[in-house]
Amino acid sequence: MTLLQTVQEQFPQDIIETHDFRGDETLIIRASALRAVAEFLKEMPRMDFNFLMDLTAVDYLSFAGGRLPKEGRFEVVYHFFSLKHNHRIRIKVPVDDKNPEVDSLCDLWASANWYEREVWDMFGIRFRGHPNLKRILMYEEFQGHALRKDYPVNKRQPLIGPQTHD
Amino acid sequence: MTETRSMLLNVGPSHPAMHGVIRLIMEVDGEKIKGVDVEMGYLHRAFEKMCETMMYAQCFPYTDRLNYVSPLINNVGFALSVEKLLGIDIPVRAQYIRVIMSEISRVTDHLTCIGATAMEMGALSVFLYMMKAREYLYELIEEITGARLTVSYVRIGGVKADLTQGFADKALQKIAQVRRVLVETDDLLTRNRIFFDRMKGVGKISAQDAISYGITGPFLRSTGVSYDVRRAQPYLIYDRLDFEIPTGTQGDNLDRYFVRMAEMEQSLRMVEQCLAQIPQGDVNGDLTGCVIPAAQMVDRAKMGQTEEFIEDEVTTDPTLQGSTRKYYNAINAPKKDVVLPAKEDTYGNIEGLMNHFKLVMYGHGIRPPVGEVYFPVEGANGELGFYIVSDGSDQPWRVRVHPPCFPIMAALPKCLVGGMMADLIPTFGSVNMIAGELDR
Repeated sequence: MTLLQTVQEQFPQDIIETHDFRGDETLIIRASALRAVAEFLKEMPRMDFNFLMDLTAVDYLSFAGGRLPKEGRFEVVYHFFSLKHNHRIRIKVPVDDKNPEVDSLCDLWASANWYEREVWDMFGIRFRGHPNLKRILMYEEFQGHALRKDYPVNKRQPLIGPQTHD
Repeated sequence: MTETRSMLLNVGPSHPAMHGVIRLIMEVDGEKIKGVDVEMGYLHRAFEKMCETMMYAQCFPYTDRLNYVSPLINNVGFALSVEKLLGIDIPVRAQYIRVIMSEISRVTDHLTCIGATAMEMGALSVFLYMMKAREYLYELIEEITGARLTVSYVRIGGVKADLTQGFADKALQKIAQVRRVLVETDDLLTRNRIFFDRMKGVGKISAQDAISYGITGPFLRSTGVSYDVRRAQPYLIYDRLDFEIPTGTQGDNLDRYFVRMAEMEQSLRMVEQCLAQIPQGDVNGDLTGCVIPAAQMVDRAKMGQTEEFIEDEVTTDPTLQGSTRKYYNAINAPKKDVVLPAKEDTYGNIEGLMNHFKLVMYGHGIRPPVGEVYFPVEGANGELGFYIVSDGSDQPWRVRVHPPCFPIMAALPKCLVGGMMADLIPTFGSVNMIAGELDR
């Protein structure tokens, strides 16, 4: 039984879609089930995903590739890796534009702390239960979230600009 | 009764002992570190945002500037991710070339890391010796790629140019020189009381913590976990090479030093094996035409004198050396919709010219199918992964790089708190923070 089937069997209601494009096993799950799925992935001996290798998000605003996420504009993307079984899985959680918020995984994997801060910084997605959700790459005064598709690529926000003398 | 208060101390963002710009806000009680807050982002250049506005092939110069001490590994990682997205394989010779260049880069990275750490602890001669060794390797890189740092050498579907004539001999000679330097520095450091005392038991992290923080690479291996992407999920031709994965036991600075020293030897061994195994180039023996300068071929083509071009070879600008038709098939995947045509075709016939234009013009370019991939390679600091989402157009929808020193920096407070102020320097050195990939 593949990884996808195992998770699917465990959480039949919470899985929106699965695919394994180019061999990357991917699950798209509902945000409400994130904690339960994450704990399952971490604790089950058959899964044993002890690494949260990467955590990022994708903004699908005006995505031209068809297959738009049905449940929202963003997807938070988790890449898990198991040292023991040497396998990987990708979990994607759709998040809507109005209330972009998902549960934090900080208490399960310490690596989530900084990754979630970065996603907050770049996409403006909040993480419920994060101990210190502040910007990490940009400065506190920065307006907006730079990796959103509606943030213009050439927009400048200099923190220390030239003084105007007149 | 005396009152004690802790003091806030800023280290960085611009400090001689901080490699790159980063700010540590430390709470110190006398000489003891009570708390550390890491503030990063000073070198943020919006790598990921810029890639979304570029065609796939145009992202390579940006990847050079991620980990600028081993840019070739970034090139390879990005190319492999896009190739996975496209679902193509590259010729075996090109795979060997990529591995050779990656391993040389890994050695330059470790040399810089150990050299800089030793220098900050007062061993300036070690730094100079190691920079000398790095220079030998940079000469090799320069000979193949034409640049020392901003190489942009790897292409989607292959590499820019084939190895030069007599490269193997030169490489073996340089490897011998580097080995001599490694023996020298090993003599100077490994049994050096001062170095030993400052490294041993300092900056410790447990295997469990390291895993929880998502740390990979030499930092993780120093704790005794033998995870290496090259062994766990072999890519390119790593499964054909014989190498060991050095591990430590303590997870302290000294073990990280030992792991890096041992890894350099393994990388040098890998380069030697590659040079012995690499299949000879698929050199077209029937090139009986004359060798003419590229500009002359272009001029003649404009006048329609293209009949005898099929057999001719051009001499190009040095930056394109090794990418002509003679070497083309050996180093590039046979995919016309991905790889630029050989220079003779671009200059000498309309099909080649069109093919070239179709790949470099805006609105054309390489168009991978809609989908998403993540591909990890073993960078010098750990797992370097590129996550690419394609919407089917010529520009990536999203490029995410998983920088290996990001999780290590997140765990840095764990290594420092409870230690002494002076221990910050060796610990920070052994992290091998590269601001370019940390801040992107």
